[in-house]
Amino acid sequence: MAENRLVSNSAMVLIGGSTGSIDVLLNLLPALRPPLTFALVIVLHRKSATDTSLADLFALKTSLPLQEVEDKDAILPGHIYLAPADYHLLIEHDGTFSLDDSEKVNYSRPSIDVTFESAADVYGSALTGILLSGANADGSAGLQAIKRAGGLTIVQHPDTAQVAYMPQQAILNTKPDYVLDVEGMVSVLR
Amino acid sequence: MIEEEEVTLLLNDLLEVYGYDFTQYARASIKRRINRLWTLDKFPSFAELRYRVRTDADYLKRFVEELTVNVTEMFRDPSFYRALRKEVLPALTAKPFIRVWHAGCSTGEEVFSMAILLKEANLLHKSLLYATDLNPEVLEVARKGIYALAPMRQYSENYVLSGGTADFSGYYTAQYDYVKFNEELTRKMVFSTHNLVSDRSFNEFDLILCRNVLIYFDKTLQDRVLTLFDESLGLLSFLGLGSKETLRFSGIRQKYKQVGSEKIWRKID
Ligand SMILES: C[S@@+](CC[C@H](N)C(=O)[O-])C[C@H]1O[C@@H](n2cnc3c(N)ncnc32)[C@H](O)[C@@H]1O
Repeated sequence: MAENRLVSNSAMVLIGGSTGSIDVLLNLLPALRPPLTFALVIVLHRKSATDTSLADLFALKTSLPLQEVEDKDAILPGHIYLAPADYHLLIEHDGTFSLDDSEKVNYSRPSIDVTFESAADVYGSALTGILLSGANADGSAGLQAIKRAGGLTIVQHPDTAQVAYMPQQAILNTKPDYVLDVEGMVSVLR
Repeated sequence: MIEEEEVTLLLNDLLEVYGYDFTQYARASIKRRINRLWTLDKFPSFAELRYRVRTDADYLKRFVEELTVNVTEMFRDPSFYRALRKEVLPALTAKPFIRVWHAGCSTGEEVFSMAILLKEANLLHKSLLYATDLNPEVLEVARKGIYALAPMRQYSENYVLSGGTADFSGYYTAQYDYVKFNEELTRKMVFSTHNLVSDRSFNEFDLILCRNVLIYFDKTLQDRVLTLFDESLGLLSFLGLGSKETLRFSGIRQKYKQVGSEKIWRKID
């Protein structure tokens, strides 16, 4: 499948989401089979700065190593990383993450745009960006940056999203490569 | 969008022309900050931005201030302050004199939080809080101890979560939309500019707090600054970092033992 070839070109797969995307991830994560050839990075808008339980929740759904990012952690293929609450997550050229507590972007910190744009800068075409359900326009500019850099862009089908606004905005602004339901995403990622 | 080489050019200018060294800041973050200023100040090209920075000292001031991130709050991460109350202050009570250094204190909210903890532990009278930052503008705010009233509700909640049991509003007087913190707290504070990149250690401390500053540095600079802290800490003194920062990548880690699960380490060697 063409999709397969494209995702497997990626050294990093980014998943961004807001309201309604935790459920999607709980379905998506168990379907990923180790070893992954890419690093999977998840950026979600979160309600509270103190909820560290999200990483625990996700860890139950996968046998792959999963961690909430700390500053300057190394980015390794086969690992799953979760952006911490209340920091923007950035990608450095030396293959590490860095964090930044500057102003919110799109009313959000972490902002999906910030991570997507920063990753596009470093990974160029070796990058896949996936945008899920949400009530915010965050992520659209980030997907555009990934597209400009030659990476692959995927948006959750708005009909399958709990909140359709975020994927709709992205489809309107980006012309993503694929618009998929959860099953479609699973088969593309495998 | 600024190119990688242009970032390098600009950072070299800042160093050459003014002696400000941002060359070892975390690249991805500093690049975003430059882009933000480029857009905010509506420069038509990189050349114009660079020319302005190189030739206009007033603009440089703004540029450097906006390049760094000054976000802060009182009792930020209440569980951290709870650990300071429970694990750190009791270990310092026997000292005749307590010196605390807030490195990268921004507008001072963290320093006032600490002074309140010391006061409530009945230690403030024998403590001195040294608070430093690169940016003289934020220190000016900190020195006055005057803050907007609006976030006080949130701070008061943080205070309670940190284990505070007094009436938080007793620490300040409110006037219109502002509050001024009590002299009793400010009297124990010393504010001064200090650049962690280029300035040296200036004392020995019982507790150093440097929170959400190291995230803006690359690993090499982080290690250098942590070594500077190590040189400024006596045996059994404490070091507190931001909630996503770590000693894990630093050469000094063997000499320190983490206190509980918060980002607090004690020098044991
Ligand atoms: C995000 S604020 C952290 C404030 C406070 N410590 C907290 O955690 O809430 C970062 C501060 O570090 C300061 N800073 C950045 N580079 C510095 C340097 N080289 N030396 C001293 N301070 C620096 C900035 O001016 C800013 O005020």
